[in-house]
Amino acid sequence: MKLNFAHRARLVLAFTIIGAASLTTQNVHAQSPLFQPLYEVLTHPRCMNCHTITDFPRQGDERRRHAQLVVRGADNHGAPTLQCSACHQDENVIDGAVPGAPHWGLAPLSMGWEGLNARELCLVLKDTSKNGNRSLQDLFLHMSEDELVLWGWTPGGNRTTPPLSQPDFVKALQAWVSAGGPC
Amino acid sequence: MFNIRVNGVARTVDAVEDKPLLWVLRENLKLTGTKFGCGQALCGSCTVYVDGQPTRSCVMPIKAVGDKDIRTIEDISNEHIGNLVQQAWQELNVPQCGYCQSGQIMAATALLIDNPSPTDQDIDKAMSGNICRCGTYPRIRKAIHKIATEQL
Repeated sequence: MKLNFAHRARLVLAFTIIGAASLTTQNVHAQSPLFQPLYEVLTHPRCMNCHTITDFPRQGDERRRHAQLVVRGADNHGAPTLQCSACHQDENVIDGAVPGAPHWGLAPLSMGWEGLNARELCLVLKDTSKNGNRSLQDLFLHMSEDELVLWGWTPGGNRTTPPLSQPDFVKALQAWVSAGGPC
Repeated sequence: MFNIRVNGVARTVDAVEDKPLLWVLRENLKLTGTKFGCGQALCGSCTVYVDGQPTRSCVMPIKAVGDKDIRTIEDISNEHIGNLVQQAWQELNVPQCGYCQSGQIMAATALLIDNPSPTDQDIDKAMSGNICRCGTYPRIRKAIHKIATEQL
């Protein structure tokens, strides 16, 4: 059948809508395959429970509100006289019941990741106005060497760990940084 | 052997490095005012100050103490506000069974040192980690407000 202009216009419109819809769907995942593995690690409860957008931390894989109604506090380290370090020592306790690592605390609100899709999280992660003025190289160092970040892979007790091993995460991170941090 | 400073006094204790500070205080130094409650930093009854910050001594290994100043309930009456807190606790009959009260007094004193006129919300944030099975919370709140209003 020969298509007249109106038919063609409708077809173009239809394909445009379908294309746009599929793009929207793809946005749930990172557009860059290099960021997707990082996204899966960063959104694991071991990372996300303290990268919250709330005035309190969370705990557990179910991400319930932290026990004892502890709060974020002005400096992200709890209330003035009920600091995170009141309970969280520099290392896990022997039986793993209470986790610990140096400078235990919440990430600042600007580094809260809850509710972000992969592309959004990637952009926020790189935004120097939100990430503590960190370059890609600074981000690499934070995520590969910071003792509180590394705790995510040695969380003690029966806590789960992120989907990539720590060395594999560093490899994926290096690949993403080397590519210029594509989102 | 560890050299630690407790209530202003240098002490030497013979303990394995992972022994919690709570048990060093109670067993080695016979300072039994600090109580064992849950052993998991969940109840607050073992609260002591480490460099002035309320800390759960049941999860702090002795090796982590170093040269930090430890202060316990035995010394809190030498602190002006600590003394006021203990007096108010007596006047208002705050304790019931009393087991958690060393921790409550340490937490309340730290709060009032930091903030001489705490709101109910400030009290909630500072005291939420100190559990009382007798439910003396209303009297604790009342005593803190009484000190703040009348004496600070």
